[in-house]
Amino acid sequence: MQDTPLIIAGREYASRLIIGTGKYKDYAQNAAALTASGAEIVTVAMRRVNVMNPDEPMLVDFINPKETVYLPNTAGCFTGEDAVRTLRLAREAGGWSLVKLEVLSDPKHLYPDMEETMRAAKMLIDDGFDVMVYCSDDPVFARKLEELGCAAIMPLGAPIGSGLGLQNKVNIRLIVEQSSVPVIVDAGVGTASDATEAMELGCAGVLMNTAIAEAQDPIRMARAMKHAVIAGREAYLAGRMAKKRYADPSSPLAGLI
Amino acid sequence: MKITLNGEDHEVEEGTTITALLGALKIPLVKVAVERNLSIVSRSTFDQVILQKGDRIEIVRFIGGG
Repeated sequence: MQDTPLIIAGREYASRLIIGTGKYKDYAQNAAALTASGAEIVTVAMRRVNVMNPDEPMLVDFINPKETVYLPNTAGCFTGEDAVRTLRLAREAGGWSLVKLEVLSDPKHLYPDMEETMRAAKMLIDDGFDVMVYCSDDPVFARKLEELGCAAIMPLGAPIGSGLGLQNKVNIRLIVEQSSVPVIVDAGVGTASDATEAMELGCAGVLMNTAIAEAQDPIRMARAMKHAVIAGREAYLAGRMAKKRYADPSSPLAGLI
Repeated sequence: MKITLNGEDHEVEEGTTITALLGALKIPLVKVAVERNLSIVSRSTFDQVILQKGDRIEIVRFIGGG
């Protein structure tokens, strides 16, 4: 089976890995991890300029938005209005319409508030945004978000920043099977095998931040994630062997001396 | 006159434009967005928009995030 490139909102990407830009030691380490990961999209946040210190390092000086797609997020937004306000500012600052919507509920688990997420997604799509949406792993909400016109469905694998790995593979697979837009596992990946597992389920990509940023060696982990995503995709396309209950010798029995 | 800038009180001269405000703060115009009283100020109008007493101004930029 020939693979097709990942297409989000009409644009092709060679890499199926999207990485965050939070929690790194500094922007230089972040940029080095980006290079090692091969990712073409990075998530970014919008925050107030520190007016007391206008010389503080700027992300754009380390990761060039002309070379890497900036995907502004709405992290920290707990209402649809907050999210829409943030992304309108992001569109004005950057000049692009591809965004990551996340409307959170409780700081303890950062689970998405799906009612607010649905409402905000509609407002954003009506306003001309291409919305990649962080959502619960509920196939019913995933379908509704696709019907609203979201550009990508991004169910969590586990709580944001937890590194627990995919907690509900059944639901992720159901969402993959029913969706005709890319499904990207967003949040919960802890190590390379988690990313591979998501890709083996047929996900179009994986989005991660903490798994790389909080690794002992973030640059090496970024490289590991690049290979993990490729390996999982290849395994998915290859189609795994059937599981069997008992051994089946690999060497032929015929001609045994 | 007093405005609110990123949540803090801030003094500006009457007649100050957004461009002048950013210049005085030494904030590069590229890759920031400005909101005035909850409405986005288009970059192309930074020169023309004159601050009024009590304006609530937000200046934001991209930072690292997940």
